[in-house]
Amino acid sequence: MEFLESIFILPFLDIADSPIFFLEVVISGVLAGVMYSLVALGFVLIFKASGVFNFAQGAMVLFAALTLVGLMEQGVPIFFAILITMAVMVLLAILIEKMMLRHLVNQEGIILFMATIGLNFILEGVGQIAWGSDVKKLDVGLPDKNFEYGGMLLNTLDLSAALIAAIMVTVLALFFQYTGTGRALRAVADDHQAAMSVGIPLKSIWIIVWSVAGFVALVAGILWGTKAGVQFSLVLIALKALPVLILGGFTSIPGAIIGGLIIGVGEKVVEVYWGPAFGGAIEGWFAYMLALAFLMFRPQGLFGEKIIERV
Amino acid sequence: MFYREAGQFKTTYEADQGIFPIIQDRWFIAIMLVISFVVIPYFANEYWFQAVIIPLYIYAIAAIGLNILTGYAGQVSLGTGAFMAIGAYATYKLCTAFPDLNILIVFVMSGLFSAGVGIIFGIPSLRIKGFYLAVATLAAQFFILWLFNKVGWFYNNNPSGTITAPPREVLGIMITGPNALAITRYYVVLSFLVVFALAAKNIVRGRIGRSWMAIRDMDIAAEIIGIEPLKTKLMAFAISSFYCGVAGALYIFCWLGSAETEAFDINLSFLILFMIIVGGLGSIMGSIMGAAFITLLPIFLTNFPPMIGIQIASDLAKHLEEIIFGVLIVFFLIVEPHGLARLWQIVKEKLRQWPFPY
Repeated sequence: MEFLESIFILPFLDIADSPIFFLEVVISGVLAGVMYSLVALGFVLIFKASGVFNFAQGAMVLFAALTLVGLMEQGVPIFFAILITMAVMVLLAILIEKMMLRHLVNQEGIILFMATIGLNFILEGVGQIAWGSDVKKLDVGLPDKNFEYGGMLLNTLDLSAALIAAIMVTVLALFFQYTGTGRALRAVADDHQAAMSVGIPLKSIWIIVWSVAGFVALVAGILWGTKAGVQFSLVLIALKALPVLILGGFTSIPGAIIGGLIIGVGEKVVEVYWGPAFGGAIEGWFAYMLALAFLMFRPQGLFGEKIIERV
Repeated sequence: MFYREAGQFKTTYEADQGIFPIIQDRWFIAIMLVISFVVIPYFANEYWFQAVIIPLYIYAIAAIGLNILTGYAGQVSLGTGAFMAIGAYATYKLCTAFPDLNILIVFVMSGLFSAGVGIIFGIPSLRIKGFYLAVATLAAQFFILWLFNKVGWFYNNNPSGTITAPPREVLGIMITGPNALAITRYYVVLSFLVVFALAAKNIVRGRIGRSWMAIRDMDIAAEIIGIEPLKTKLMAFAISSFYCGVAGALYIFCWLGSAETEAFDINLSFLILFMIIVGGLGSIMGSIMGAAFITLLPIFLTNFPPMIGIQIASDLAKHLEEIIFGVLIVFFLIVEPHGLARLWQIVKEKLRQWPFPY
């Protein structure tokens, strides 16, 4: 009885009691969600253009952040460090295409998935050998201050992260919709062979996509690194991005954003209001259960392409 | 010349339907059995049992379980660790609640618990397919481990939060607990592996296995020709979780001795998944070969450089090992995406015509 009360009554009383605090929780959820979306975005880009479920996205985030921090420790100015890191990510994309993807064309999804897990190991190892495995502080000059607005405690870093993410998503959406390359990318996503037959160079398209994903990883790495320090556990945000991705649908950029927001807000609200009833630490599995609940009604995710099955 | 069907006539239906219709295969299996039951125990020492062979066999059982689900029935699962955890915790609860029960029976019973939970988390598979299904099994992975961590009842409220294998004996021989000899535990694990592998081999070539493969290849088509997706998919989840559950029980009780939930985290699930992909999806032999490959590779990588006189700092060695592991996985997938089992098959095909290919 007490348990039921703590699930069905008390949390709502708490919410009604201090709506400002509830709003604060929701906003912090939105901001966390934006960070998840950034990682999920990298997954979606690659999945859309090559059908590869890129498990190494988390390792790419770590790798980009490690490279950036390493360069800055060598005394390279921030702007150049970011440029050089970007160049490294492009180089990485070219290597991945040349060494791995080219040889795995037309393989089943699970084989490609497995290959990216292998890639994950390689990136983790290389990044840590090159730049060491200590926790590093990343400071690219984003303001990190708490301030109060209308009774709510907010953080400038979170807000600028959200802003940067919003800009990125807009730019990517425009890029996909209105540029020639974007159109080519969408064509490849639709059908590899048809795209090739109208003269779209598949190989350079893959390099572009992996570079863009590398760029997204760099941005995510900068934001996460500033927030939590650059360390090995950055790899684990791939696991955080997975339910976001599944909830939104593998093929949809807006899906990654909305999915991230739903999971971010849901996770924070449930942890704060319902967490005590379950004994806390439910963040670990809640996102998956939420995604699972959504999938029961829409098996292809919220915004995924409708799955049409033919015999 | 030495390996071919030619000249081996079958006179009964039983012979025709045998698991290993070719006599050379039967010899091969018999030799493997003799090696594992007689030769290995004769030569191996405590270190080899504890560090290499026992974990290899336990992983092989889990890999067979996952291969049934992913390789034969086509349902991707990332929750192997959790199903193994259920087996381990169920064994712990059962053998502390009923100290007189035969521990071998307890192992099998705990597999049944795991099968039950597997069925529950398999229900979404009727609606969710492909990679999306991974979320259902991941939910199982994180939820179940959280539950075992949070609810003290599962580990009898002991303050350290770990489960420890209590000493239990069968026919006067100590099987689990700190005083059980490595060689006894080796025989227990080996017997489970042999029985389970044979059972799996028989299941997958029978009616059930064929309906799994039909569901894997195209579930709508399978439904049209009269295979019930509900029954077939849930059966795959149940049997797969049963295997994983027993493997989990052996993992704690015959190998680690005591553990927390961390021993069953997502990395274990991935490890088993590697095994079946490297070994070959949809192959029992492949599961065992994959388990051997993934277990032996890190040991080889750790021991090889010192053997040829290269000393590497342990931190660097760890990362190098990661890189080599990753490179080998990618390399393997490029060379033979269908795993070691396919290589084995190719070797057999070649042997059939050797030395006179025409």
